[in-house]
Amino acid sequence: MQIPAPFDYVRATSVDNALELLSRHGPESRVVAGGHSLLPMMKLRLSRPEWLIDINDLYELDFILRQGDKLRIGALTRHTTLLESDEVAALFPIVRDAEAVIADPIVRNRGTIGGSLCQADPAEDLSTVCDVLGAEAVIRGPAGERILAMADFHRGPYETAVGQDELLCELRFPVRPRSGSAYEKVERRVGDWAVGAAGASVTLAEDGTIADAAVGLTALGLDHTVAGVAELLRGRQPGEELFAEAARLAAAASDPVADQRGPIDYKRHLADELTRRVLRRACARAAQTQEG
Amino acid sequence: MQISMTVNGNEVTSDIEPRVLLVHYIREVLGLTGTHWGCDTSNCGTCVVLMDGQPVKSCTVLAAMAAGHDIRTVEGLANGGTLDPVQQGFMEEHGLQCGFCTPGMMLTARALLDKNPHPDTTEIRQAISGQICRCTGYATIVRSVQWAAAHPAGGDSDPTAADVIDGTDTVVEDIPAQIQDTEVKA
Repeated sequence: MQIPAPFDYVRATSVDNALELLSRHGPESRVVAGGHSLLPMMKLRLSRPEWLIDINDLYELDFILRQGDKLRIGALTRHTTLLESDEVAALFPIVRDAEAVIADPIVRNRGTIGGSLCQADPAEDLSTVCDVLGAEAVIRGPAGERILAMADFHRGPYETAVGQDELLCELRFPVRPRSGSAYEKVERRVGDWAVGAAGASVTLAEDGTIADAAVGLTALGLDHTVAGVAELLRGRQPGEELFAEAARLAAAASDPVADQRGPIDYKRHLADELTRRVLRRACARAAQTQEG
Repeated sequence: MQISMTVNGNEVTSDIEPRVLLVHYIREVLGLTGTHWGCDTSNCGTCVVLMDGQPVKSCTVLAAMAAGHDIRTVEGLANGGTLDPVQQGFMEEHGLQCGFCTPGMMLTARALLDKNPHPDTTEIRQAISGQICRCTGYATIVRSVQWAAAHPAGGDSDPTAADVIDGTDTVVEDIPAQIQDTEVKA
């Protein structure tokens, strides 16, 4: 039977209250939202916080809000809510692509976008989604609010810029016209971590050429986005040869490790193939947006 | 710590350690052993209960986190002596063999039908994709949920033609086309 080591439990009543509790209980306190990463780690005694601060009552962090050219998503928004949101799917189809393959439907009822990003597992899907969409993370702490680009938010596997006494509150996604995005993952079975996955976001110019693009990889040994993709694609017409060039760049940038999910050459092949597929789909979606 | 929640319509209050998981609270403190305890790692789904109407894996929720919420377990499916249509469907269509995954499967089915009264087979398969039947009786589980969808009021009368969505005598394809596509791509 897996039971966590003893801890004290407290429910935060507001963001301010959560920050106060984090300051009061210090480095041995941890925030719990959906709990589907933290609780299994606690059950395996890989994590032994003395205090658990439950933020599930902070409804102020559970929202999807369009504000001007930004879409604001609260950190406590559940995976199921994101998957089912037509507004999110219309603006950022990559989110629905990714959410449909995150864990399983029941885990998605509990897990949150903020929890996934803060857990920062290298095989976690939403980090790649946020990277390619150019999202910003809104973090609150005792000193107030700070807003970080994803490149500054991620520090590496299981490590983010969120301090011990801080809370990730919100993600902000820039809404751009004539844009499309896509995500594709290869997994061995429902609910398993990715063998490999790729995400892409593309913005087209009025003449149909590519104005901006980003490609990211999941579980393939690359932090942040593939360098040089935007420079390679900018000003050129979308097409198979161009996608293949970008895919070669992605495969070269990947640095996968061999494990029970596959050998290095297979994973590098995935980086290449999945990049072509997501660029193809992102461009097609961007073109549709342009027509509509 | 003291916690209170509603379980199958009854208010319960207990003094527990914060580290008690919901599955153990339900089974050992409340004595409701219909909720099964399986993999302990949120993979198998036999511990599924409904929390505010949504399926959750109770091995990965603290009892303390469920405090103040409305919990429904398999014991809360039947209404008095009348089985829920989902339970009846599992009887009619032989939806269980060893029975270990059954409580979780039935609760997920109930939540699915409450949200979507006429799911197609793909939707049913997706809904239960986070749960494992080690007897591999998935085809009959899907048929059981279809039976329940076709008999929203339960009962032993034959459904009218209009009630029958997919028909209980209809052969369920083992692998719907959409899922096949996904697997080929993968």
